Amino acid sequence: MTSYLLKGVSVLGGSPTDLLIKDGVIASGGGKADETIDATGLVALPGLVDLHTHLREPGREDAETVETGSRAAALGGYTAVFAMANTSPVADTAGVVEQVWRLGREAGLVDVQPIGAVTVGLAGKQMAELGAMATSAANVRIFSDDGHCVADPRLMRRALEYVKAFDGIIAQHAEEPRLTEGAQMHEGEVSTRLGLTGWPAVAEEAIIARDVLLAEHVGSRLHVCHVSTAGSVEVLRQAKARGVRVTAEVTPHHLLLTDELAASYDPVYKVNPPLRTGKDVEALRQALIEGVIDIVATDHAPHAVEDKECEWAYARPGMVGLETALPVVLSVLGEQWELIAERMSRAPARIAGLTGHGTDLSPGSPANLTLVDPAARRVVDPAELASRSRNTPYAGTTLPGRIVATFLRGEPTVLDGKAVK
Amino acid sequence: MIKHLKSAADLDAATATLILDTAGEMAALAGREVKKLPTLRGRTVVNLFYEDSTRTRISFEAAAKRLSADVINFSAKGSSVSKGESLKDTALTLQAMGADAVVIRHPASGAPHRLASWVDGSVINAGDGTHEHPTQALLDAYTMRSRLGKIEGLKVAIVGDVLHSRVARSNVLLLTTLGAHVTVVGPPTLIPLDVAAALAPGIKVTYDLDSVLADSDVVMMLRVQTERMQDSYFPSAREYSRRYGLDAPRMRKLPEHAIVMHPGPMNRGMEIAPEVADSSRSTIVEQVANGVSARMAVLYLLLGGKA
Repeated sequence: MTSYLLKGVSVLGGSPTDLLIKDGVIASGGGKADETIDATGLVALPGLVDLHTHLREPGREDAETVETGSRAAALGGYTAVFAMANTSPVADTAGVVEQVWRLGREAGLVDVQPIGAVTVGLAGKQMAELGAMATSAANVRIFSDDGHCVADPRLMRRALEYVKAFDGIIAQHAEEPRLTEGAQMHEGEVSTRLGLTGWPAVAEEAIIARDVLLAEHVGSRLHVCHVSTAGSVEVLRQAKARGVRVTAEVTPHHLLLTDELAASYDPVYKVNPPLRTGKDVEALRQALIEGVIDIVATDHAPHAVEDKECEWAYARPGMVGLETALPVVLSVLGEQWELIAERMSRAPARIAGLTGHGTDLSPGSPANLTLVDPAARRVVDPAELASRSRNTPYAGTTLPGRIVATFLRGEPTVLDGKAVK
Repeated sequence: MIKHLKSAADLDAATATLILDTAGEMAALAGREVKKLPTLRGRTVVNLFYEDSTRTRISFEAAAKRLSADVINFSAKGSSVSKGESLKDTALTLQAMGADAVVIRHPASGAPHRLASWVDGSVINAGDGTHEHPTQALLDAYTMRSRLGKIEGLKVAIVGDVLHSRVARSNVLLLTTLGAHVTVVGPPTLIPLDVAAALAPGIKVTYDLDSVLADSDVVMMLRVQTERMQDSYFPSAREYSRRYGLDAPRMRKLPEHAIVMHPGPMNRGMEIAPEVADSSRSTIVEQVANGVSARMAVLYLLLGGKA
């Protein structure tokens, strides 16, 4: 196994030091290495962990595969991603989650951890075999019907309770379906002007409010996917103050973009939950800084060209995000490396119970890390993305930071800003 | 002159007035024995209709033909559209055929905006989803001006399903640009929460039709689809009609000179009583005739004719 010496690297923005990567772990002291990387001016972060990725395989390999999505993740500084269950077939059995897990191992670019569906076929009617997925080779701990809300309150209660047996967690896509029938974008001034059916903030907030009460009642853990409104932040703030075991994520795009972008009717800006107002963006940023929102998760959602080059109402919702997440967060938070490591690596690993990721870069720790050049600026070019899909909302936008290298258990997956394989 | 007409917001007061003046000249033509101008000879206008709308399609067709344009009617039924061809591929086909203007009617809001990014010719919005219908607003403004002599300062009540109405959106925008005072009226479920902030900060909102009638120069009734009842926007057609329908007793509250408009097709007995629709105040048939003149003016000006 090739050893690497990162010379003059700044760990989490600290003073320059040398970091030796040997036999898959951070080695103590300096010493000789097979390869030396001049890391002057580069910042080392624990490898990023994404709790919310759509890899589309099986079923929509034209939009993304486990391999192409893994490559995009590595290039974004990630060493672990959690693959959402809304594939075709749905990841609602041990067989499908093991298939995704195995494809991730074969690609070998990031650790791919499948998320299991809460209900059979994501239909919201009958609980899937959560225990079988938990005890499968994929070792599933997070369950989500993401893309759909577990809207039935009794079923949600049961799922929250049931997964306690294996320390699982339900990740809820909070969207009251009756309030969002036909919804196309955030309900507000812009939707009224554009004549697009509104997705009201209350449809998210009402479900989060219900679910934190359910989680409190049964003493279970709840994770809330892609929080998008200022009102949701308040519900979470109160629940956390009461001691409810709830965690929450926000996407990079909800930290940066607003509903005004829909005025172009270009579906590259169509996403679920929708882009909200400037006030919501401000509240989400504040909540992320304070820790009311625990983590940043990409909701990387690749879509084929034909699913986006069409009328707004007919387009699928979603944006690719793995390769731009850290630059967007850098542009929002600035170079707060400690905070970024917490929100994008340690906390997501902790919520998922994922060992070996999100650990400090201290001797003996698994060498899962990424090197960032904070001084670099990049104009996003969809054609350069490693993802199989091009639906980025940042085309032509200049973002700070460039991921120079990523290591997975001591093996480089990215060097000189390029994927190793 | 603007290139596309996607929204009534594309029109400033001077441009809108020019279109209305031009429509007046076009209307004069209708009285002649030969109702045709050679202006657009050799130009191709495509009517691309993804929704059934005989009224609007034949209005645009008549307008283009009176200007001597070649007209191609392309409807979703009986074409490759029903075989699932995308809007983009259709646009590229029309582009290859050399369409100078595409008139598009589409059930999805914003379809004209998408189309305009794929074709070189002018795009004219003939109604997109629940968004806008700018030529309807132009013909309505033309009708008001013909009947009442001006638009500036007129008090216009727009009554009904504002939430889902493309006619309402375009009318609010255009009438405000031209200096009219607009009040939108309807049940709270059918008035968008942020309607004034979204469309025109000066407009008023009321849920009480009777309170505005005595002080209105124009009452514009919107078509209300009865299936809205199933979605709990209002309890029944009868209750809707009682609270927001324009019947004869309500019509009598209007000032002497006030007119009653409806974009059609009407639900007689629902939002408008037959005796109101057929009264001398009603401009409903005139609106149809004026539609051809207004659309002639739009085609003429957008395709480079001189006023």
